[in-house]
Amino acid sequence: MGRLSVSLCGMELDNPVIPASGTFGYGYEFAEYYDINCLGTFSFKGTTREPRFGNPQPRIAESARGMLNAVGLQNPGVEAVIGEELPRLKKVFHKPVMANVSGFSAEEYAYTCEKLDAQPQVGWLEVNISCPNVHGGGMSFGTDPAAAASVVRAVKAVTKKPVIMKLTPNVTDIVSVAKACEDAGADGLSLINTVQAMRIDLKTRRPLLANGTGGLSGPAVFPLAVRMVYQVYEAVSVPVVGLGGVSSAEDVIEMMLAGATAVEVGAANLRDPCACRDIIAALPAAMDKYGIKNLRDIIGGAHG
Amino acid sequence: MRQGTFTVTENVPLTGTVYRLRLAGDTSAVTAPGQFANIALPGFYLRRPISVCDAEPGLLTLIYKTVGRGTEAMAAMTPGEPLDILTGLGNGFDTALAGERPLLLGGGIGSAPLVLLAKRLRAAGKAVSVVLGFNTKDEIFYEDEFRALGCAVTVATADGSCGVPGFVTDALPENYSFYYACGPEPMLRAVYDKAAGDGQLSFEARMGCGFGACMGCTRQTTAGPKRVCKDGPVFRKGEILWDA
Repeated sequence: MGRLSVSLCGMELDNPVIPASGTFGYGYEFAEYYDINCLGTFSFKGTTREPRFGNPQPRIAESARGMLNAVGLQNPGVEAVIGEELPRLKKVFHKPVMANVSGFSAEEYAYTCEKLDAQPQVGWLEVNISCPNVHGGGMSFGTDPAAAASVVRAVKAVTKKPVIMKLTPNVTDIVSVAKACEDAGADGLSLINTVQAMRIDLKTRRPLLANGTGGLSGPAVFPLAVRMVYQVYEAVSVPVVGLGGVSSAEDVIEMMLAGATAVEVGAANLRDPCACRDIIAALPAAMDKYGIKNLRDIIGGAHG
Repeated sequence: MRQGTFTVTENVPLTGTVYRLRLAGDTSAVTAPGQFANIALPGFYLRRPISVCDAEPGLLTLIYKTVGRGTEAMAAMTPGEPLDILTGLGNGFDTALAGERPLLLGGGIGSAPLVLLAKRLRAAGKAVSVVLGFNTKDEIFYEDEFRALGCAVTVATADGSCGVPGFVTDALPENYSFYYACGPEPMLRAVYDKAAGDGQLSFEARMGCGFGACMGCTRQTTAGPKRVCKDGPVFRKGEILWDA
């Protein structure tokens, strides 16, 4: 076990750094820039039962220290992910990958998760019940503890691998949703997904994104994410994966002190394709600076 | 594609809103005309994708238009400034399709990537015709540079203040073997509808990453969803689908 290693739901990660779903495709674009086997793992593009084109253009807007996206879960569907994307990924990534799944009914989540659970390359299932972009979609599950629990039960009934539920911050009380997921059998929780947001074009006087609203990510949301990870860590005993605006080795340490066992990096990958590689490389020096011998020792260290 | 540090050597206005930026750095990742560079700007979260006007060993030339706060910040950059730039992004134009008498159609700032294309085609001995469209006389740039490359150049202005009155589609020559077009989407659509024969068209898009990761710039095509940044920005005429 190295200084950076952590255990996530019983599986060892060389380091806690995980590119977040939707910012890393199915991995191979980044393999053109660096050897992605340096990553702890990565969470691949949110996958649904059917192929999805996603939302109309424009889908991207900028903001101070962040960005908004309304991609709308564009993905080729689970059959193509298994038949085409995973075999391509196998050539450039040799560790278990985190399979990110979205859906529009508990049955659909279960269908897609069962298929991906059976893939040897998949180490964990990350179930997105929080994407704010799709009307009538994931949002309703992630904002209601009972609905979130129903997805957990449906997925757990047909899968063997660890199930990590990805939570939305767009709720009054994230702790109640987190506890409902834990009680229903979730093996872990990841948070936060993007924060529902909007920009308006001064020339057209209309929302910049064709979808109207989009999800805010980037450094602008980091303190909000730290607060929610801190609160959820206090309330549950399953591991928490922290994400939201993480951009540096110091951010990784802060998120782990708040209670994260592993840390996902999202928007930073889009500004800098080598962001995760550089964060991992910077971790030992940052640990030395703050007197941290092993990263696994600081999880939840900010709690009295 | 490649991530590298470039140093500004020149940043000069060509018109009231169009600037030429010259940068010293490793241009080895630029493999085709029509590719773009993605520039990280201090104080802005997302990079700015700018088409490559010209690339020689050690020297990158970009022409950009000030359209918002990011490009306005670019206009204030001075020689000596270092910039983190991704180069070699996008597929670029396929010069093998040109035939003997290729036609290049540029609309406004979309004329910029046609410079390296014209250079490559002239170097291959092709008889290159260029039609450049602008709104008005004051916005014209690089007419003389295309002539200096040995291209037959026609200018069209929408207000009729210079050259052929109207759009590039009002100044199409009779005989050409293949066309290459770059410009705003209404112009590309007019070219698609009115220009005879086959061609390649280069699209603009609002991008997140610029290298294929975020799915922010996807267009629907006859071959399914395609990312403008990675699968494009250049698409063959037969692949293109237009929004209703």
